[in-house]
Amino acid sequence: MPHRKPLFAISAAALLSLVATSTLAEMPEMDLDGGDPGAGKQVAMDRARGNCIACHWMPEGDSPGAIGPALVAMQTRYPDKRDLAEQIWDPTIKTPTVVMPPFGKHGILSDKDFRDVVAYIWSL
Amino acid sequence: MKTTLTTIAAACVGALLAAPLLASTPAEDQEIWQEYFKKRFPKVEESDFANGVYSIDPVGRENWEAIEEFPPYEAAISDGEEMWNTAFANGKGYADCFPDGPAIAGKYPHWDKDKGMVMTLPLAINECRQANGEEPLKYFKGPIADLVAYIAYESRGQVINVEIPDDPRALEAYEKGKEFYFARRGQLNFACGSCHISSSGSTLRTEILSPAYGHTTHWPVYRSKWGEMGTLHRRFKGCNEQVRARAFEAQSEEYRNLEYFMTYMNNGLELNGPGARK
Repeated sequence: MPHRKPLFAISAAALLSLVATSTLAEMPEMDLDGGDPGAGKQVAMDRARGNCIACHWMPEGDSPGAIGPALVAMQTRYPDKRDLAEQIWDPTIKTPTVVMPPFGKHGILSDKDFRDVVAYIWSL
Repeated sequence: MKTTLTTIAAACVGALLAAPLLASTPAEDQEIWQEYFKKRFPKVEESDFANGVYSIDPVGRENWEAIEEFPPYEAAISDGEEMWNTAFANGKGYADCFPDGPAIAGKYPHWDKDKGMVMTLPLAINECRQANGEEPLKYFKGPIADLVAYIAYESRGQVINVEIPDDPRALEAYEKGKEFYFARRGQLNFACGSCHISSSGSTLRTEILSPAYGHTTHWPVYRSKWGEMGTLHRRFKGCNEQVRARAFEAQSEEYRNLEYFMTYMNNGLELNGPGARK
């Protein structure tokens, strides 16, 4: 196993000053039941949108990457769909060191794509 | 070994958001950096990190070695040699600016005390041109990549030995480069290290992410994706844009400091440019 100690320490202030792209810090209230899992699957596989497949194994996904965990048993891992949505909105809240992009917070996905991809991932 | 847990996260980047400022010297940073990659890839001979992703990707390496049979950068070397040997309009030439040349790649980047800035080889080339009444070359591709390819070829085997002299401004330039490397940026919120340290060796779709140790040894590069030669700063720009961040100008202070930091991290590796990459 590769070791996971931080390589170097540099000041948090210096880092934060460079993170200038944030838009919506908190996930807004939204109707998560309205998502379309079929459309969400397209988002998850599309390189220009969700591109979840770049890092995550998913059922029916072609040539997945291996940086993130396999997306399976999602309802066991996230009994509440909103928790999953918040994780996709901004995974750095729970895990500041995570590589995964903050798909909601940085406006990477449209609201519809976001709801759809949450519906799809939650179905896995 | 290539764990798929989310814990693989940018160890060096994000963890620091919560960490206090821990001062470390460049020499300490360099040791931590090199030891990290040696432990992460224990089967890789240290000198092989100069070969980038091919040090850890046996299939890719076979293809690469086949490409190296008839290197796609050969024309660039020849064109660069011709540039080196062609006099400027005033009758002088590059050799007048670089009397130790053309094998001078190992002298760059370095801290220029008089100018108070990091000097890179392409910048020095353009200074030479302008001092002799010639137009400066553009920095991303074209003739500058040819000339640097020739110089790199003649410099093969030189051992990287970047110095951070005892000058607070040099240390500051180094620290800025380091900060750049570990700062998350862009809509996708990646730092350079997100992919090339903590995820190196893992896969993005089917692409194996190259280790950061060795990234500066082999420039300029004929990149198949480009279908032509490009400089190190061209690659920096591409990386920044890939994470949907604003790129900086070639030879900007930001990229020169980044090059200074990255090359210092690679001290001890041999220069093996120009290179061929996917």
